[in-house]
Amino acid sequence: MAKSVCVVTEFREGKFRRVSFEAASEGRRVADALGAHLCAIVIGAGVTEKASELGDYGVETVYVTDDPALEHYLTETYVTVSAAMIKQCDPSVVILPASVNGKDLAARLAARLGVGLAQDCVEIRCENGHIRAKWPIFAGKCFAWSEWTEGTIPFISCRPNVMSCLMPDSTRGAQVEVIGVPIPEARSQVKRVDLDTSGKIELTEANIIISGGRGMKDAANYALLEELAALLGAAVGASRAAVDSGWRPHSDQVGQTGKVVNPNLYIAVGISGAIQHLAGMGSSKFIVAVNKDGDAPIFGKADYGIVDDLFQFIPALTEEVRQYKASCS
Amino acid sequence: MNIVVMLKQTPDTESIIRIASNGKSIVTDDLKWIINPYDEFALEAALRLREQHGGKVSLVSYGPQRVVEAIRTGLAMGADDAVLIDDHLLADGDLLGALKALATVVRELNPDIICCGARAVDYDQAQRGAMMAEFLGWPHLALAVKLHSDGTKVAIERPIEGGMVTIEAPLPVLVTFGGSHSIWNPRYASLPGIMKAKKKPLVIKSLSDLGLDPADYGRSSAKILITALEPPPQRAPGRIIDGDLDVRGKAKELIRALHEEAKVI
Repeated sequence: MAKSVCVVTEFREGKFRRVSFEAASEGRRVADALGAHLCAIVIGAGVTEKASELGDYGVETVYVTDDPALEHYLTETYVTVSAAMIKQCDPSVVILPASVNGKDLAARLAARLGVGLAQDCVEIRCENGHIRAKWPIFAGKCFAWSEWTEGTIPFISCRPNVMSCLMPDSTRGAQVEVIGVPIPEARSQVKRVDLDTSGKIELTEANIIISGGRGMKDAANYALLEELAALLGAAVGASRAAVDSGWRPHSDQVGQTGKVVNPNLYIAVGISGAIQHLAGMGSSKFIVAVNKDGDAPIFGKADYGIVDDLFQFIPALTEEVRQYKASCS
Repeated sequence: MNIVVMLKQTPDTESIIRIASNGKSIVTDDLKWIINPYDEFALEAALRLREQHGGKVSLVSYGPQRVVEAIRTGLAMGADDAVLIDDHLLADGDLLGALKALATVVRELNPDIICCGARAVDYDQAQRGAMMAEFLGWPHLALAVKLHSDGTKVAIERPIEGGMVTIEAPLPVLVTFGGSHSIWNPRYASLPGIMKAKKKPLVIKSLSDLGLDPADYGRSSAKILITALEPPPQRAPGRIIDGDLDVRGKAKELIRALHEEAKVI
């Protein structure tokens, strides 16, 4: 049988999460390098109708299990269903999204199928049919390359926001096959799902992040950053010092104990740049540091530095962004 | 309630990481070692469960002799006993192998709940918990930022992108912990705790002590291996926007640079 690459996707709240298209695009590149067929698996409730969207990103065959019992991600059910579907693809490489649910699924699948998994990868190389994958260790202070031993199937989860998406092309088209995988009885169950409807942008998926640290002095002062963030379509993050002070929720924490982020633009405001924070944001494409202490280590990482009082500078920047945006529209 | 905490020793998060001359491991000579912070959250949660429901908290770990220090810290925080697998074959192999060996130890302890960090701050593979639960055939609840147990079941809150999910499972169950220091507020080891920890049982075993066949472990049975480490890409030096500008001037110049040079806005 011809070789195939299998992409595991994530479908939530009626649509594919973007990381699914990133994984599919990366899957396409790997499949081309291997001369392989690209298939994808889709699990969820009400997914059949949308399954063909994956064709736009180069997937040739989409296997679907569509059942109301699969509306919410639950490791126990998803791992059994996806293991059966992956077998259907008979892949030589499996690519998964390294989202919260994707990483959980990938880890349990690896144990179930007895395969080697590299999580949170930022690069996949394919040389002479041999796969290698790179992932950050110590929150980006270093990178590791993994290789798989002869006869084992590489399982690779891809960090969101890193793998570039192919330009969607609706002429490609994918063959959708609905397969009825039996859904196992689960001991665990989802009791509640509370979705944030405020339109807040998730840090790990944001293009622009504005983070505040100890220099913000108080929880209320984050309103300054929120205002600027709203204008830029940015997410607001925080240093560990700010979270430990109770100014921001832990879900906003950027750093080695917290989220590792890689936006196009990271604006660090009143953050001195402890090494554990630098690890969490050091792979951002462009970094701006605003700090009144010109010797702060954050300036060593910054592409642009502003040595000034943030309480003077941020309102001025917000005003300038407002004018800039007005001039663009 | 018998609770097992899987504990890993990691370099302190403030450590500078350097690549060793073999090109595939890190220089460990001058590192300060700590309990993986997420495992510390797991231990704190386990100690609170014991306070509520009684029972015992056991630590399990694998690694070289230096890990004893992390284990003693865990015992000083309040854990009751510990088992360490010290066998070079685990260091040479992959996670699947290490977790299979660890599962042998955990089975003997017959726990109701297993707690561990959702990830470790070193190699950050976020696989231990799910693998252990799979080898035991248990359900697992991942990435807890809040936990409640009435003694027969466990419910956790788990943050996902853009929301929070509450999931629940009956015992026995494995829970992995996310969150932060501010959420779990792990206790410090007290001086009396440190004194007591010296006398608490700590058993160190090799694979053959556990009745495991060394041929099934190590490099030859690994599915995945780290073959190289590389430093992060060097960043081009940045510039301070100054030039005698006032704040408005600096703001204008920053926007110009972000738009025209960086092209990110």
